[in-house]
Amino acid sequence: MKIAQHTLKLLCFLLITLSGSISFAANDTTQKDTGEINTSEKVKDYIAHHIKDSHDFHLVSYTNDAGERKHVGFPLPVILWSSNGLATFMSSEFHHTDDGSVIVEKNGSKFVKVHSKIYELEPNASSISFDDEKHPINANRVIDFSITKSVFGMLVAGILMLLLFGGLARQYKKTAIPKGFGRVLEPLVIYVRDEIARPNVGEKHYRKFTGYLLTVFFFIWVLNLMGLTPLGFNVTGQLAVTAALAVFTLIIYTVSGNADYWKHMLWMPGVPVLIRPFLAVIEIAGAFIVKPFSLLVRLFANISAGHIIVMSLIAIMVVMKTELGAFGSTLLSFVLSLFITLIELLVAFLQAYIFTMLSALFIGMAVAEHDHDHKHDDHGKESTDAEDVRSEFI
Amino acid sequence: METLLNDFSPGLFVMQTVILLALIFLMVKFAWKPIIGSLDERESGIKAALEAAENARREMENLQADNQKLLQESRLERENMLKEAREIKKSMIEDAKDEAKNQANAMIEQALEAIENEKRSAMAELKNHVASLSIEIAEKVVRQELENKDKQLELVESMLSDAKLN
Repeated sequence: MKIAQHTLKLLCFLLITLSGSISFAANDTTQKDTGEINTSEKVKDYIAHHIKDSHDFHLVSYTNDAGERKHVGFPLPVILWSSNGLATFMSSEFHHTDDGSVIVEKNGSKFVKVHSKIYELEPNASSISFDDEKHPINANRVIDFSITKSVFGMLVAGILMLLLFGGLARQYKKTAIPKGFGRVLEPLVIYVRDEIARPNVGEKHYRKFTGYLLTVFFFIWVLNLMGLTPLGFNVTGQLAVTAALAVFTLIIYTVSGNADYWKHMLWMPGVPVLIRPFLAVIEIAGAFIVKPFSLLVRLFANISAGHIIVMSLIAIMVVMKTELGAFGSTLLSFVLSLFITLIELLVAFLQAYIFTMLSALFIGMAVAEHDHDHKHDDHGKESTDAEDVRSEFI
Repeated sequence: METLLNDFSPGLFVMQTVILLALIFLMVKFAWKPIIGSLDERESGIKAALEAAENARREMENLQADNQKLLQESRLERENMLKEAREIKKSMIEDAKDEAKNQANAMIEQALEAIENEKRSAMAELKNHVASLSIEIAEKVVRQELENKDKQLELVESMLSDAKLN
């Protein structure tokens, strides 16, 4: 903490001196629009665009000598379920447009892409038109099973996990102690098993759920880390992705809940009968709405916020160029974004940990075995067992 | 909220569900089961080895205690044996001394008896000898003297006076 403060002071000093002395880069801003991201409005749009899923894998854009905007990346397959059935084509057919200006015709349906979403034009419409709030009026959403950037990212993460942990599994066939990168992975697996699954689910049942918890932990963590790379994935910042994860946990703890769990939810023992229906309503809302929402919103919000902050700090380089000079703004943005990226590195782990931990906790609450005839010790006090202590803690 | 809902893509939700399901299945089958299995195996192996070491240590301790006890016992036994031996030695010497004394006494007695016997026989022989000698002398004298009567009487007289023996 002390070191951080010291560094911050030094930084401020440097920035002040630099911004005063360097002003050579204050070039004109009146050049024509080449698609460069050089104003705060455009930065805002760019970040909003990045946070969303996209249909092609875009790496960099640049303006060539002829003044043309070039995009480097590769197209991804688009798979749509429209009113005329299945339609597949490559995303390159939209020519990088995102305003609905290019119409792709497939299987007798006309598709346009607006703000990263694909719409099907109504049969008699020839071009898309919008209302005042920029909602399309003559086009409908289609169900989009495309291999979008997020799906691509998930596949990459899945293959990465299979390679890494499959390799680790294969190592055990030869020796009891893994070598190389396996030595890094093994403690992580043990950590999730011993620090997340075992204490939260309970000693008796944790084995059944360890597979799911391990998968979810590493899936979220790998995707969070991929989001920090310049490839610009934002998979765990997609509401649909975190919702699917939360639904998985919901299904698991609903299916594996024992009789005690349901009894405590629907007809709480030990409270006056008149209160029981109200408690049941609260408990049901807690189990089916609050718990999954706490899971999906926490992960989504944390990761999205992280992406927005990092990108905004990087954008300082562009939007504060006139005030601080090229060097000053670059330095400021570099240092701040480095600092936040380090925190995001921690957040990437932390969110994976929290999601898995809470999942384990919810499962643990559903499978916990309460013994109602608690053992009494000599003084007539109830001897506490692990389950009781945990439920108090929750 | 509206933009959030608008951004929610059902297609992506479906894709994520399918991918996650497949991933869970594959990871459990090809990674977690073998990994957790061998981790458990290793942990139980370590536990067993630790227990075995502890047992061996305890056994060793027992063995050492036994050894100590044995040593103590043998030392005691040795001491006893030494003591006994010393006593036996003492009594043997005593016995031997007694025996020797007895034997010596017996021998001395025997010797004394023998000496007495020898003395007696020597005395008898001497007596015999003296007797025969005196008879011889007497014969000679008698022969010489008895040439005349006077002389014979004279002789007998003198001899009788001389032979006042014992």
